[in-house]
Amino acid sequence: MKIRQTMVLIAWAAMALQARADDSLAQREGALAAKLRCVVCQNQTVAESQAPIAKDMRQEIKAQLAQGRSDAEVVAFFEQRYGSFVRYTPPWRPSTWLLWCGPFLAVFAGFALLRRTLKKRTTVAAPLTPAERARANDWLQSSDEENRP
Amino acid sequence: MRFALPLAIFLALAVMLGLGLQRDPRALQTALLDQPAPAIARPLLEDPQQQFDLASLRGKVWLLNVWASWCAPCRQELPLLVEFSRRDQVPVYGLNYKDQPEKAKALLRVAGNPYVASAVDADGRTGMDFGIQGVPETFVIDGQGRVRYRHLGPVTAEVWQQKLLPVVKAVQ
Repeated sequence: MKIRQTMVLIAWAAMALQARADDSLAQREGALAAKLRCVVCQNQTVAESQAPIAKDMRQEIKAQLAQGRSDAEVVAFFEQRYGSFVRYTPPWRPSTWLLWCGPFLAVFAGFALLRRTLKKRTTVAAPLTPAERARANDWLQSSDEENRP
Repeated sequence: MRFALPLAIFLALAVMLGLGLQRDPRALQTALLDQPAPAIARPLLEDPQQQFDLASLRGKVWLLNVWASWCAPCRQELPLLVEFSRRDQVPVYGLNYKDQPEKAKALLRVAGNPYVASAVDADGRTGMDFGIQGVPETFVIDGQGRVRYRHLGPVTAEVWQQKLLPVVKAVQ
């Protein structure tokens, strides 16, 4: 009786483990499909697309994961065939540095321009010479006297 | 002078975006460029007992044309391929992509058969190795078995004269 119970327990545990492994494979398959671009409908991921080629790609992902390949290996498989374009998020490479940094560079340039313009507005262009200062004082005083009630 | 810089920036952006609009986002060069062509371990359409033999094509420059009977542009390019490959002595091999052999053979009887031989890629797995986006596509493969060019879409007289033939001549 004991032996039979143990065997049932082991079988049940094995089934549960298998189901969990399948679950995690399906999860990885979904995550990978969401990371790859459908090469026919280029603004959709493989996960979203209904195109036959996207279906083939999902099947290929599934088959390769079942063979025990890592996520990186599956991505490399598609990249070798379709180019880095197949990755929905562009990789960080010298050729994509401008793509990734462009928006930040634009914001940075905008702030630099803003700062320069504001500084120009608030600072006096050049200090007055003593003669100019005297003339300015004269005007200020004379206008003060005129405005006095 | 005050507006010179913003105007210059605007014009540069307009030209850049305008040029970007002219480009076809699908017209990407193949990732296999100058790489060895993937293996085509597939049965022949004409004789399923035999396998397509890539090694026997060493030393020859040839075209691999991906086609299917369900693909309308393929029907139009078949007679042209027959004519051009004969005229310019360029052997064309076929990859019959996700098709039914009976329908494929029927189309070749009606539209003309430009192929020395066609490999049957029933599940599209070989097509995936070639990074195929859609049918038809045409690859130029050199004497060392490397992919030298890929054309997306049907072969027309202009495509043959201005794109495929110059590459074939250059690598011959």
